[in-house]
Amino acid sequence: MNKELKNMKIKKILEKYPYAKTFLEDQQLSIDDQELTISQLYQQLTLEQKEDLGLDIKQLEASLDNYIEQMQEFIGESDDNNTVQSLTILAGKDKDEQAEKFAELKVHAGEIISIVGPTGSGKSRLLADIEWTAQADTPTERSILINGQKPDLSWRFSGGKKLVAQLSQNMNFVMDLGVEEFIRLHAASRLVKNEDEIVARVITEANFLAGEKFSADTQITSLSGGQSRALMIADTAILSRSPIILIDEIENAGIDREKALDLLVGENKIVLMATHDPILALMGDKRIVINNGGIEKIIKTKDFEKELLIKLKKVDNMLSDLRNSLRYGKELTDNPNLTS
Amino acid sequence: MNLVTFSGPPSSGKTAVILKTIDALQNRDIAVGVVKFDCLYTDDDRLYEKAGIPVKKGLSGSLCPDHYFVSNIEEVVQWGLANDLDLLITESAGLCNRCSPYIKDIKAICVIDNLSGINTPKKIGPMLKTADIVIITKGDIVSQAEREVFASRVMTVNPRAMVMHVNGLTGQGAFEFSTLLYDDELNIETVKGKQLRFSMPSAMCSYCLGETRIGEEHQLGNVRKINLGDQNE
Ligand SMILES: Nc1nc2c(ncn2[C@@H]2O[C@H](COP(=O)(O)OP(=O)(O)OP(=O)(O)O)[C@@H](O)[C@H]2O)c(=O)[nH]1
Ligand SMILES: [Mg+2]
Repeated sequence: MNKELKNMKIKKILEKYPYAKTFLEDQQLSIDDQELTISQLYQQLTLEQKEDLGLDIKQLEASLDNYIEQMQEFIGESDDNNTVQSLTILAGKDKDEQAEKFAELKVHAGEIISIVGPTGSGKSRLLADIEWTAQADTPTERSILINGQKPDLSWRFSGGKKLVAQLSQNMNFVMDLGVEEFIRLHAASRLVKNEDEIVARVITEANFLAGEKFSADTQITSLSGGQSRALMIADTAILSRSPIILIDEIENAGIDREKALDLLVGENKIVLMATHDPILALMGDKRIVINNGGIEKIIKTKDFEKELLIKLKKVDNMLSDLRNSLRYGKELTDNPNLTS
Repeated sequence: MNLVTFSGPPSSGKTAVILKTIDALQNRDIAVGVVKFDCLYTDDDRLYEKAGIPVKKGLSGSLCPDHYFVSNIEEVVQWGLANDLDLLITESAGLCNRCSPYIKDIKAICVIDNLSGINTPKKIGPMLKTADIVIITKGDIVSQAEREVFASRVMTVNPRAMVMHVNGLTGQGAFEFSTLLYDDELNIETVKGKQLRFSMPSAMCSYCLGETRIGEEHQLGNVRKINLGDQNE
């Protein structure tokens, strides 16, 4: 433990590092007598309490030390110069040891990149390379730069600081909480300052994305598929610490996918989207084609593809209107836009 | 030979993670073997065997499996050496959340899963608190928010650990984790003389010794009474 902390009374520690309270509480230590130092507090514990604590004094002091260090770093991160402005992928090799056919790909905050390729082609490996900030030390030998530079190792090892947040179709809410309580819990773990405001914003945005509205006291486990998806996206956009969001398909049901992407981009996230849905794929600025473990090419979305996207969206709307009619027991009528 | 101890609540994904990690180690020509410690029953040895990994199991029966672990770890190490292993992994299920088989200077990994509830990190003692690396599994089925809240709870309870997410089904994260497991500098010939990171509980009461009768007059040794809040206060 650093000297300063060692000699500080608990009162002083809490004044200087208010979040240390959570640490002491989670270790089930009583902080009623704040005139003690940590080691004095430890000495006052009974044998049983020491046993329950599960740490000896050295371990306890070292833990608190590390906790404060990580939290300080965490708080410092909100400064603008610490944000991730760009991500660069430097080419490696595919499964046959052939060099990938690009030199580097730089992605900026607020961009959407689609990832396409058959199952097993290496999409997960690419994602893992990014998440691990690979330095030619993974099977693909790719390297990752952040803001044009070799990334700090803490991206790899720190529990709270992860480069990539993930959203996939299989993910569910499992906690037994209401929407607001749940978002509040997430906000608290992020130490956000204007908690009320942020929590309200997440819920508003989620409702804006969801086909069917829901209230702040709905249990998260009873949300529909579309509503869950909407809440997960709004929460990740606004509250996740990770600058990169990986989306593994978004089913086109009960959620406005375009608004969802707009929200993520508006929050300056880098959005990577693994999809085989042409509408989603064309919403990306570029798409990465993966094959045989390597990046085969990078295609910038063409103007004619953007025009096609507009038509596809029309077809999509038509289909979803039909689905709605079906759901509400109506008869389905012919549509003049459909040619046979 | 390197020794690495894995521990974690039952069904948290220890075997799944170890198998995927050994997979990832294969290209590095490292001979790995596993010894599984459990209480009454385990099938894990068959899973390891099926993957072609040398394996032994030890069932503690009526004893605490972690106590049983300490009493047998030296023999296990000698088994690993005799089999020319480069890396010996022990897997123990933490049953009462109280003991932990971690040894000073021997890499200690705790595996816990996202489904176990956000208060679980607080409930697990030295097994989580004194681990060097905490692996969180089953992230594929819960939301990003729950993963983040869970990881932050783990961090509060053990701020010194490296926290990593590994998916026991797909193996996502296993390669990265595998790079941290083996170290040429950390070879051992024995664990004799080494120490546990944290003492096992001092509990030795009449029931540990086979007492079955209920009632104050049968309670001897280290007995703790529940505080129900009235006359005891
Ligand atoms: N969805 C999902 N399931 C997982 C994951 N990891 C493990 N599992 C499943 O969880 C169950 C328990 O995993 P095990 O690896 O046997 O757990 P364990 O900790 O070794 O269990 P014991 O040794 O019996 O205490 C198995 O059915 C695994 O397939 C994961 O990351 N995601
Ligand atoms: Mg197992």
